[in-house]
Amino acid sequence: MSAALLIEQLLNGLQLGVMLFLIAAGLTLIFGVMGLINLAHGSLYMIGAFACAAVAAATGSFWIGLAASLAAAAAAGALMEVVIVRRLYERDHLDQVLATFALILILSEGTRWIFGSFPLYLDIPPLLQGAVPLPGGGQYQLYRLAIIGVGIVVAIGLYLLISRTRLGMRIRAGETDREMIAALGVDIRTLYTVVFALGAALAGLAGAMVGALQSVQVGMGEPALILAFVVIVIGGIGSIKGALVGAVLVGIVDTMGRFLLPKLLALALPASQANMVGAALASMLIYIVMAMILAFKPRGLFAGHG
Amino acid sequence: MMAGLSREKTANIVLALLLLGVPLAAVAAGEPFYVTLATRIVILALAAIGLNIALGLGGLVSFGHAAFFGLGGYVAGILATHAFNGETVLFGLPSTTSMPVIWLVAVVLCGLVALPIGAISLRTSGVYFIMITLAFAQMIYYFAVSWPDYGGEDGLSLYVRNTFPGVNTAQPLPYFLVCLGVLAAAVCLFWLLRGSRFGAALEAARQNTTRLSAVGIAPFNIKLVAFVISAMVTGLAGALFADLNRFVSPSMASWQMSGELIVLIILGGKGRLFGPIAGAIVYVLFEFALGGITERWQFFLGLMLLGVVLFARGGLLGLVAGRARHD
Repeated sequence: MSAALLIEQLLNGLQLGVMLFLIAAGLTLIFGVMGLINLAHGSLYMIGAFACAAVAAATGSFWIGLAASLAAAAAAGALMEVVIVRRLYERDHLDQVLATFALILILSEGTRWIFGSFPLYLDIPPLLQGAVPLPGGGQYQLYRLAIIGVGIVVAIGLYLLISRTRLGMRIRAGETDREMIAALGVDIRTLYTVVFALGAALAGLAGAMVGALQSVQVGMGEPALILAFVVIVIGGIGSIKGALVGAVLVGIVDTMGRFLLPKLLALALPASQANMVGAALASMLIYIVMAMILAFKPRGLFAGHG
Repeated sequence: MMAGLSREKTANIVLALLLLGVPLAAVAAGEPFYVTLATRIVILALAAIGLNIALGLGGLVSFGHAAFFGLGGYVAGILATHAFNGETVLFGLPSTTSMPVIWLVAVVLCGLVALPIGAISLRTSGVYFIMITLAFAQMIYYFAVSWPDYGGEDGLSLYVRNTFPGVNTAQPLPYFLVCLGVLAAAVCLFWLLRGSRFGAALEAARQNTTRLSAVGIAPFNIKLVAFVISAMVTGLAGALFADLNRFVSPSMASWQMSGELIVLIILGGKGRLFGPIAGAIVYVLFEFALGGITERWQFFLGLMLLGVVLFARGGLLGLVAGRARHD
């Protein structure tokens, strides 16, 4: 095992973490401000991927597709909020889980209806093809590095948005006391729609970027959603900082676990068994980490207002 | 005619008669397929009754009960496969094709697994509880997917249905009656639990944990016991389900399955004795009727579900019988 391979796996973990952060940030923001648990957030991620793949195929440009994915996911999110989700804020979590579970069924089948059952494919844009050399030999895909870069930019942007702008001030106020900011004359309904659309756009962006790494298909949203849940539970629901730390932790633990566990077990077990047990353990690893964190900190690392 | 009975009780009697009568009529009419459909209803209702103990009585929204459904299924699948091959199971324990033994193992195993899961999950509440139960179920799901000895992602087929003393389980109707008997026992268990001192404490734990602690009962223990019993019943349903399909796969433990179980309860009416049964009847018939017309039936299922959540808050039994006393 060379140092280059280790660095490559670490970067892969970081890239997965960044993707998870984009999904989890919206999820945690929506929960923090509106108190809503949104299972259909993974569907918005899927919508972003489909919009990017379809538009990129039609126009031949990944960048127009990327813009389309942001627009489509934000529009779908806003529509969803105005038509359905708005009625759920006052309901208990059980109703929210069920209604958004129903939305998953509707959006998944609806997408299959429009695009068919076959996956779509999205190419990495020419500008970002190729690889960069790593210290210690070896190379790393430029596109994945770009994803990490986008994630860092979004994290900084979100921080500035929430701490420095008027909208961010309202979001923070909404997290602390909903009734009070409505009483102070802030149009809370519009604020909710904006927050929902912002979260949706981030998920759509993640979907579009991942679309070039794997196939774009119905059902891609739910595994990502469940990982994003793990992230925000670890980080503390409602906390964006928690989402960032949780996402990077989950991304790196998951990737390194799959890479290292079989090798570690091979020291004690025969090779075939080590691979099997290692793979099984690695697929459970992040859930084990989550259970351990929650056993000691039941409200996550950076407890929010949940 | 039914002057002495509440509308909910009348609805329950109608449901029970339908559940027994329709399969008998189907056999008489030479349509055994409908017996299998009814068996599916009965088993899903059983699984949902299990969840209803935690969710309806205790207010514990477990989004991971499919894990126990899947575990129960794998107990049936693994014990039967080894018995068919004439091998022993782990550590030289004997394998078996006898349903009562399989059920016992499934129930005990689910209880043993639910104990630590419940103990950790119950340290949290609200939305954290929903997500942590989901995460534990995913852990078991991925374990089943990545463990190649028992089929991994492809699942495990049972060569013949397991046996029950004195019953020819290979025939649809006798197997249906066995399942119906288990369901009846589970309904009794739910009814007894709800009416017992334990049920009262659980109800109190759902409504106000502070007051319950103030009268000297630890809410944590009450909830944990409810969670474990709930998991055991759902696990038993999983073992029956594996035998019905003669097949078990990780999808039995998937998060969609957990969602379906919650859907069954809410469709029928949360916390009600026959809620899961009403929900399972509607769900399976909906799947069957619409699945025959369009492969997009889940789209319409989603619409119906959304309608129930937004507009029919007591579920279908709530529409028939008015507001539940558990609400």
